[in-house]
Amino acid sequence: MDSHVILEHVPRLRRYARALLGDRYAADDLVQDTLERAWNKFHLWRPGSDLRAWLFAIMHNVFVNQVRSRRSEIERTMEELPAIAVRATQSDALELADVERALHGLPDEQREVLLLVAVEEMTYEEVSRALAIPVGTVMSRLSRARERMRRLIAGTQQAVPLKVVK
Amino acid sequence: MTQVNEDDLQAYVDGVLAVARRTDVEAYLAERPDEAERLRAYRAQDAALRTLFDPVLAEPIPPTMTERPARPRWRTYALAASLLVVGAGAGWIVRGIVSPLAPAAPSFARAAAIAHAVYAPEVRHPVEVGADQEDHLVKWLSKRVGTELRVPKLGPLGFDLVGGRLLSGPQGPVAQFMYQDPKGQRLTLYISAQKGDGRGDTAFRFSQEDRVSVFYWIDHNYGYALSGEFRRDALLAVANAVYKQLNP
Repeated sequence: MDSHVILEHVPRLRRYARALLGDRYAADDLVQDTLERAWNKFHLWRPGSDLRAWLFAIMHNVFVNQVRSRRSEIERTMEELPAIAVRATQSDALELADVERALHGLPDEQREVLLLVAVEEMTYEEVSRALAIPVGTVMSRLSRARERMRRLIAGTQQAVPLKVVK
Repeated sequence: MTQVNEDDLQAYVDGVLAVARRTDVEAYLAERPDEAERLRAYRAQDAALRTLFDPVLAEPIPPTMTERPARPRWRTYALAASLLVVGAGAGWIVRGIVSPLAPAAPSFARAAAIAHAVYAPEVRHPVEVGADQEDHLVKWLSKRVGTELRVPKLGPLGFDLVGGRLLSGPQGPVAQFMYQDPKGQRLTLYISAQKGDGRGDTAFRFSQEDRVSVFYWIDHNYGYALSGEFRRDALLAVANAVYKQLNP
């Protein structure tokens, strides 16, 4: 029963990791690390409580502890995305490519909140539990994330640098 | 109406405002086209993010993610049982007194707590054989565990038998009986045979594994663990009842 209930959430964990990190391989590594930790700590899961929030909380912790240190590497990968080729062929994709770039222009803590609300469609309370932050902090990060996204997307046409690559 | 604030606007974007408040926000936005445009942009961004990442949901899952890697549950049981033998040999504690944890013993409690955490939340298949076939259940598990098992009756304490299942332990089979109170809270009794000469009996010991409380003891070459998400004193009362029924 244990691994099966966890498995149900794997596609969502992968979607979130992909959105969070951009890079497919780094994202799947994050999912794998999260699953291994979840399997080993399954006895700590409180039966009857929200398994999804528990798994996302584990992923958040793994992300914070392990992945941030590799972040500059991931950012360089993002910079290499073939944005120009996409723009030339598909007007829809142009917009999506801009959105994705803008997403990675957000600080990690804002990107996490935005993705959990907008893509994972968690309630603010669920986000609060998954990230172990107060609901008020969820709200302020969400507000800042959306506004920053909007400005970054709007600024794309004006060639405003989206992020500083160290 | 109370003043519309930024949290209201975010909740409006997410479609989670109560109807009355939504009307307030719509009235507010009707007078502020720039704000309305800002929120429209937020919704468009959110939709774009879903368009970007929802396809990941349909991707085939890599096999490495569907199999539990190193250290499966059974190995935890093996470790628990091997440590239990050491604990059983070393223990000479007067029965009936709750003793501090012996250093080697908690793994048995841990294995029982894991088994509890795994099966207690099951809605459709909490047990293999239900209480409606109690005779069959007891005969079957007795045969597999290798002794005549008795199933304590905990009805007077508010716990009815749900049924039982067979688990695999390194020293042989393990029986797990599950009970449930009217609120649906569950207890499990984990029983495994232990090698030894019967002199390794222990008192009740208590272990807390996250939310799962466990009382466990060894009696006549059998290890018993009673697990549940209950307070220590409540669980102790049940553990005493179990012990008395098993040792009339």
